Amino acid sequence: MRPETEADLAGMIAGADGPLRICGGGTRAVGTVEGAVLETGGLSGITLYEPGALTLVARAGTPVAEIEAALAAEGQRLAFEPMDHRALLGTDGTPTIGGVAAANVSGPRRIQVGACRDFMLGVQYVDGVGQVVKNGGRVMKNVTGYDLVKLMAGSWGTLGVMTEVSLKVLAIPQAEVTLVHRDQSADEAVQAMTSALGSPYDVSGAAHFDGRTQVRIEGLAGSVDYRVGQLQNGALAGFERVEGEDSAALWTEVRDVTPFAGTSGAVWRVSVKPSDGVGISSALKTAGLSHDVIYDWGGGLLWLLIDGRADGGAQVLRAAVDAVGGHATLVRRGQAMTAEVPVFHPEAAGVAALSTALRAKFDPRGIFNPGLMG
Amino acid sequence: MDMPTPDPRVLEKKAAIVAALRAVLPADAVISDEAETRAYECDALTAYKCPPLVAVLPSSTEEVAAALKVCHRMGVPVVPRGSGTSLAGGALPTADCVILGTARLNDVLETDYANRVIRVQSGRTNLSVTGAVEEEDFFYAPDPSSQLACAIAGNIAMNSGGAHCLKYGVTTNNLLGVRMVTMEGEILDIGGAHLDAGGLDLLGLICGSEGQLGVVTEATLRILRKPEGARPVLMGFDSSEVAGACVSDIIKAGVLPVAIEFMDRLCIRVTDEFSGAGYPDCEALLIVEVEGSDTEIDEQLALILDIARQHNPVELREAETGDEAARIWLGRKSAFGAMGRINDYMCLDGTIPVSELPLVLRRIGEMSKEFGLEVGNVFHAGDGNMHPLILFDANKPGDLETCEAFGAEILKLCVEVGGCLTGEHGVGIEKRDLMTHQYAPADLEAQMAVKDVFDPGWLLNPAKVFPLQTSETRRIAAE
Repeated sequence: MRPETEADLAGMIAGADGPLRICGGGTRAVGTVEGAVLETGGLSGITLYEPGALTLVARAGTPVAEIEAALAAEGQRLAFEPMDHRALLGTDGTPTIGGVAAANVSGPRRIQVGACRDFMLGVQYVDGVGQVVKNGGRVMKNVTGYDLVKLMAGSWGTLGVMTEVSLKVLAIPQAEVTLVHRDQSADEAVQAMTSALGSPYDVSGAAHFDGRTQVRIEGLAGSVDYRVGQLQNGALAGFERVEGEDSAALWTEVRDVTPFAGTSGAVWRVSVKPSDGVGISSALKTAGLSHDVIYDWGGGLLWLLIDGRADGGAQVLRAAVDAVGGHATLVRRGQAMTAEVPVFHPEAAGVAALSTALRAKFDPRGIFNPGLMG
Repeated sequence: MDMPTPDPRVLEKKAAIVAALRAVLPADAVISDEAETRAYECDALTAYKCPPLVAVLPSSTEEVAAALKVCHRMGVPVVPRGSGTSLAGGALPTADCVILGTARLNDVLETDYANRVIRVQSGRTNLSVTGAVEEEDFFYAPDPSSQLACAIAGNIAMNSGGAHCLKYGVTTNNLLGVRMVTMEGEILDIGGAHLDAGGLDLLGLICGSEGQLGVVTEATLRILRKPEGARPVLMGFDSSEVAGACVSDIIKAGVLPVAIEFMDRLCIRVTDEFSGAGYPDCEALLIVEVEGSDTEIDEQLALILDIARQHNPVELREAETGDEAARIWLGRKSAFGAMGRINDYMCLDGTIPVSELPLVLRRIGEMSKEFGLEVGNVFHAGDGNMHPLILFDANKPGDLETCEAFGAEILKLCVEVGGCLTGEHGVGIEKRDLMTHQYAPADLEAQMAVKDVFDPGWLLNPAKVFPLQTSETRRIAAE
């Protein structure tokens, strides 16, 4: 099914007699969902863009590339730096803004400016009985009623099919510099990143993998020079300065997790507090699980590649995460995996009960991506 | 303003309710004497008052849970209260309710500079969160103007903003986790010191739910390293349109000031007379503040002043010293107090797209003549969050009603031009009956369905947010 209008979509959902697998461009699907495919690519187009108000409204099926091009023409961007999943997941197709919103996709700059959900000002969606609902709006400050926008962000199509999203956008800064160290242990890296993130120098990215630690500074050219100098004289002594396209390439690599592209293992995305990140990797080692790791968000976001286990390392990993607080999402199943493993981190009973009850309210027939989130 | 008729079955069992609460709480935590409950009869929306049946002041999450279990079992409505600074009536009691105050929940539980988070009990005041970390040069960013008094619990309930949220975001962007008690008395941990939700974003839903989904007792908040410095610049313009265009150009230019504040002629005059800030005599005034080291500030201000000059300002005043910076802010910070000195006023809180500023200001001016009441405009221009102050005389019969009608028209205008009823104060009772102007029945139904999940008995702050008529069947069915 590929509706061309919101009314078509509402009709299709109201008339659906079985489960639906909701997708935008189909580039970032996680887990396996049985159901008739319902894709939103037909609901496309930017409906409003006011650069002076930092606001853009687009239909859910609008290609991310189209939005980024429109923004770039005005010197603006999606500041939360959404990942392109195609290389990692081996998918093709066209990433859509609805997919970004439904998966709350946020990249390295999340630690400075916030997640996708923090940039979502409003949504319109069709619920499980075919009713069109709107929430939020297109202004930056809005506390009128409950914030269903946050609830829809990262709900992976299980609560409703988004038809329109309003976003806050930001200007592309004049300058960007990345400070790089090529030979650090994970412990040294976290220490350096923590110190940089705790400085007044407004770090907009802090990542580490394969011995390389990288810290990004953005802003007006003079300001960037000043802050880079301060960091090189303190927290990031011994780091070299990388600029321009070379700097940008370093972050695309982390954002899109390209070092894990083309591999066969399970890929996990883990969020813990930065000081717990290295401990997660140690716990896996202690349990005899060999793995590769990319640290983002100053050490608090781990991308893990775990090969050769029937459960993809789920049991050991999730126990380690539960011990410190956080969550682990199975973004890509490993080819060696034989066990059924929930994609999303199992929640405590009380929280899980609320989530289940909310899904039942929004989608009483349980037809949206059934089983995906519990 | 209508409120539901108090439930006589609750009123008549007051003694039993008090006894049940006393059985689970320390003796001094249950307030039932009518002379003392009067202290909780209103919040900062003082036009409406009603003493509660009982007030309770628990000192721990467990005591909150015990009190809520009693109220749930006995079918008593509960109105959570932070510091009572709501301008929307969010903490206004009903005669049949228990006020649950967070005043005794004010400890810092954990400060963690390495991970840049602090965990506090929710009754702690906003400013004292920063107070707990400023010796290490950190701060908590959301800064509502009541920050000296307002509690984090209330900030979370209303998703409070402040003057500096253009750069740092509002409460929901700085809240990482909560410990919350449901109406049934169940204790839940949602989120934590890590970023973002692993499943549905319940934290984002709870923030801004006006105390209708649960009582937050602890919060994990993001703290930030303080910038090296900050400096404001003052700009005067001979029309609001030009000031609005200047705001738009600054935002587009790629500098992100930490605040852009706007005042119109009436506010400029009144605050200047009150504070002696030395503001220019003009139609519109902007205060733009940027942060960083001295050289970074110079760089940003050079760009901003260049933009301002293209709009033919009648005055551009850069603060050369800390003292001059303080004087630039002096009038703005005393604006509400200064306006209050000349008259009673009602403070609105609608948000509009920044591009609609000139139109909205013109329409407000026209409506001011139609209703015969003066309006001063002072607001956060960078994000379009307006605060029109309608002046009225509380002692003059009918003036409050005229003022409320005028206010409602302004808020409807905000919605018409693509904005919303409230940007940072919340709906409470004040904007409750206007919700149908912003949301269609299905939109409100979806929000009420969320309350059904968290509080099926509609006992938590039940008469707020949704128009009484809209929520009536649910509130009655639940009894």
